Amino acid sequence: MKRLLFLLLIVLTVAPLSAQENVLTVVAHDSFNYSDALMEAFEAETGITVQVLRSGDAGTMVNQSILSKENPLGDVMFGVDNTFLSRALDADLFQPYESPALADVPEEFQVDPEHRVTPIDYGDVCLNYDTAYFAENDLPLPESLADLTKPEYKSLLVVENPATSSPGLAFLIATIVNFGEEGDYTYLNFWEDLVANDVYVSDDWSDAYYAQFSGAGDGTRPLVVSYASSPPVEVYFMETPPETAPTGAITADGTCFRQIEFAGVLAGAQNPEAAQQFIDFMLSKEFQEDMPLQMFVYPVNPEVALPEIFTKYSAIPEEPVTLPVDEIDAGREGWIQAWTETVLR
Amino acid sequence: MDRDRSPLSQHRVGARLPLAGHVPAPFFASFKWLLVALPLLFLAGFFFYPLISIFGVSLAPEGQLDLSGFAEVITSPYYRDTLGFTVWQAALSTLLTLALALPGAYVFARFSFPGKSLLLSLATLPFVLPTVVVAAAFSALIGQNGVLNEGLMRLFGLSAPPIQLERTLTIILIVHVFYNYAIALRIISSYWANQSQRLEEVARVLGANGWRVWWEVRLPLLRPALLAAAVLVFIFTFTSFGVVLILGGPRFATLEVEIYRQATALFNLQVAAALSLVQVGLMFVLMIVYTGLQRQTRGALQSTRAVTRTPQTGREHTFVIANVGLMVILLLTPLAALALRSFTGDEGLTTSFYALLDSNPRGSVLFVPPIEAVGNSLRYALATTVLAVLLGMASAYLLNRRGARWLDAIFMLPLATSAVTLGFGFIIALDEPPLNLRTSAALIPLAHTLVAMPFVVRSVLPALRAISPSTRGAAQVLGASSFNVWRLIDLSLISRGLIVGATFAFTVSMGEFGASVFVVRPDAPTMPVVIFRLLGQPGTANYGQALAMSTILMAVCAVSFLLIERARTLGIGEF
Repeated sequence: MKRLLFLLLIVLTVAPLSAQENVLTVVAHDSFNYSDALMEAFEAETGITVQVLRSGDAGTMVNQSILSKENPLGDVMFGVDNTFLSRALDADLFQPYESPALADVPEEFQVDPEHRVTPIDYGDVCLNYDTAYFAENDLPLPESLADLTKPEYKSLLVVENPATSSPGLAFLIATIVNFGEEGDYTYLNFWEDLVANDVYVSDDWSDAYYAQFSGAGDGTRPLVVSYASSPPVEVYFMETPPETAPTGAITADGTCFRQIEFAGVLAGAQNPEAAQQFIDFMLSKEFQEDMPLQMFVYPVNPEVALPEIFTKYSAIPEEPVTLPVDEIDAGREGWIQAWTETVLR
Repeated sequence: MDRDRSPLSQHRVGARLPLAGHVPAPFFASFKWLLVALPLLFLAGFFFYPLISIFGVSLAPEGQLDLSGFAEVITSPYYRDTLGFTVWQAALSTLLTLALALPGAYVFARFSFPGKSLLLSLATLPFVLPTVVVAAAFSALIGQNGVLNEGLMRLFGLSAPPIQLERTLTIILIVHVFYNYAIALRIISSYWANQSQRLEEVARVLGANGWRVWWEVRLPLLRPALLAAAVLVFIFTFTSFGVVLILGGPRFATLEVEIYRQATALFNLQVAAALSLVQVGLMFVLMIVYTGLQRQTRGALQSTRAVTRTPQTGREHTFVIANVGLMVILLLTPLAALALRSFTGDEGLTTSFYALLDSNPRGSVLFVPPIEAVGNSLRYALATTVLAVLLGMASAYLLNRRGARWLDAIFMLPLATSAVTLGFGFIIALDEPPLNLRTSAALIPLAHTLVAMPFVVRSVLPALRAISPSTRGAAQVLGASSFNVWRLIDLSLISRGLIVGATFAFTVSMGEFGASVFVVRPDAPTMPVVIFRLLGQPGTANYGQALAMSTILMAVCAVSFLLIERARTLGIGEF
């Protein structure tokens, strides 16, 4: 027993001591994904060894990085989005880097003039519907958020709790932009009406999508808050692509919220040069082309061709809702609190 | 175990000892410092240090102590309600679990019947399953469109589903029993099996009827095991996270859910830390009360061969069948529904989800061949089991000494600490050599051991406390070496408890997801992590694969439990 414990102690102290040359540590959220071959080509070309640390969802990742700012977890962070960006910027998590590849990226995505973060991809949080249900019941699709309070959509909608789910927060912001915080009919009035119309609140996207939504899993409700890319992804994972997709996304003006994901060189990075090269790589045509089918997001470079299923089974909303990152940060806690009071109590 | 130090042994057998002539040195004397130091060092390094670090950062962000988080928690009626609900549902869940598991434990301790070890192994499976998957299984069975409701509607011609349990306290309680039944069953029945039936027989001879035997003999004798099981189930349901979050819905919140919400979504570390401290403090008080109750009873365990027999009378048959039936309905049908669903595609039965698990059409880096995830999970679980059993057994000996009451409470605290709080603590505290664990694979078994160790302590300690010092003394008098005294008396009596502890240590590690999310880890995903990744993407095939992976997880665990059980009978021997 003594010897075994001694061995364990040795393993514990020696294990973390291995160090290598030119290693780049990428801090990312759990959904960070890419083609293996692509990363191998990048490593072969640059001589950099890429190590990826996945640390929970985007919110957890940002919080962990703020807590460990003095001794950062890695060199570059990917996956902070516009709903959490201000928190990260206020904590001085990043050092500026202006990638030459930004020339191909539209202004609307470049929200930080100091280039502490670089936009990489975006995705729209939109209502998804069960195609078969709306066809069988001869029901028209809702065309605005206000439509959701109509009697014909009673007991049909599943949303996520904004306090525990990122698409939930995005949808809440969409309602705030639509109805405002002041006036005769505020976003809270809208939510009261949704509650009266029997909205179902799920704490978690997986539960909402697979257990409550009838279009994908075993659920009963034909409307759910998900992403514009969800319907093509449904088709992508089917063995034989059908004529009509089992689900669709509603992309009508003002009904979707646009999430933009950013990457940034962490302040205090051990290997800032490699981190900059990695950001250039993420904006390269190859990586941008790879993203839609790996992470189900849209590339920020509009020149990059989308996979066919993305154009066939979904659309990019023309007028999505957005809000400046500092306004989101200033309002977030109060909105969630007010929403919780209105909807859950 | 240390004869010279133990006041009890001096008092009872010390006087007779000189007769023995040469008395061998106690077996653990040479390890004594290890025994005391290792579990304490482990807790200090991997629990208190990170926990105090995160509390420091949260409550004194600029070096100035700021207790406004506490003020907010104490004055707000919302947090009071949350606390009230947390205690209420935990108490109900504990009572219900014990009430249902007690007759089952009797059946497992006293009777033998075909398929017994398989049933025990299957009954432990719920513990490893992710909540999202369990939620899906339960809604397939008793949801609005579930099998049961559809059957009842057809049978009685009803127009609406008669069972409406979604998002009620009832469903939370049912699923808590589903998860915790095996804890109570295993801890109580392993203790019971060691108990001689002589007192029961005496009571019967003296004319006590069935009920009096239960109330006045069996239950009092079982008290240590009942309390140990109750305290574990209470802590587990008190800190319930996924079940309340997903099955209860957003209207129900435990303190644990609130801590998670405050720490990750709102990044309100002050309130999160205050709530964590309230939770840890309450659990500490509970443990002090528990250890007090525990010490009032020192049962007398004797090294009896487990006396199980086949049921004889009609009543015994009914009793066994009723309990097995309950276990099948409560525990096995949801598992079976899950397994069945993983073989069901759009066009009937299929193994396509299993085939998909093994392919990587996207060339994706998140792809993990199932066999690799199984290997990762098993490696972490084995390391956790070895660590937890060694440290847990050492802790149990340490706690069996006098004056260890406070210590006992301290050893349970890791179970009562929210995963997100401790996870953040790990990130900021264990970030420099020699304890730089942020990128080390060792972090996962260490985090798992923190949770698993209390199980070993709770399963071993009741048996250890019940060993009468005179039994050891007698063995020494008869000339047994100190190692043999330990092997033949201590080990034989605690072996059942050790197996229970080892099984749960293994199980905790196989099913654990919470802690691994909050600590940065290298790319060696375990089975639960793969399940969550699959559930995090759209696509019915991903859903099917998640269920397939869950079924593989169940199968691997069922086989492992059977092997652990066999290891006891082969390696340690049945006494």
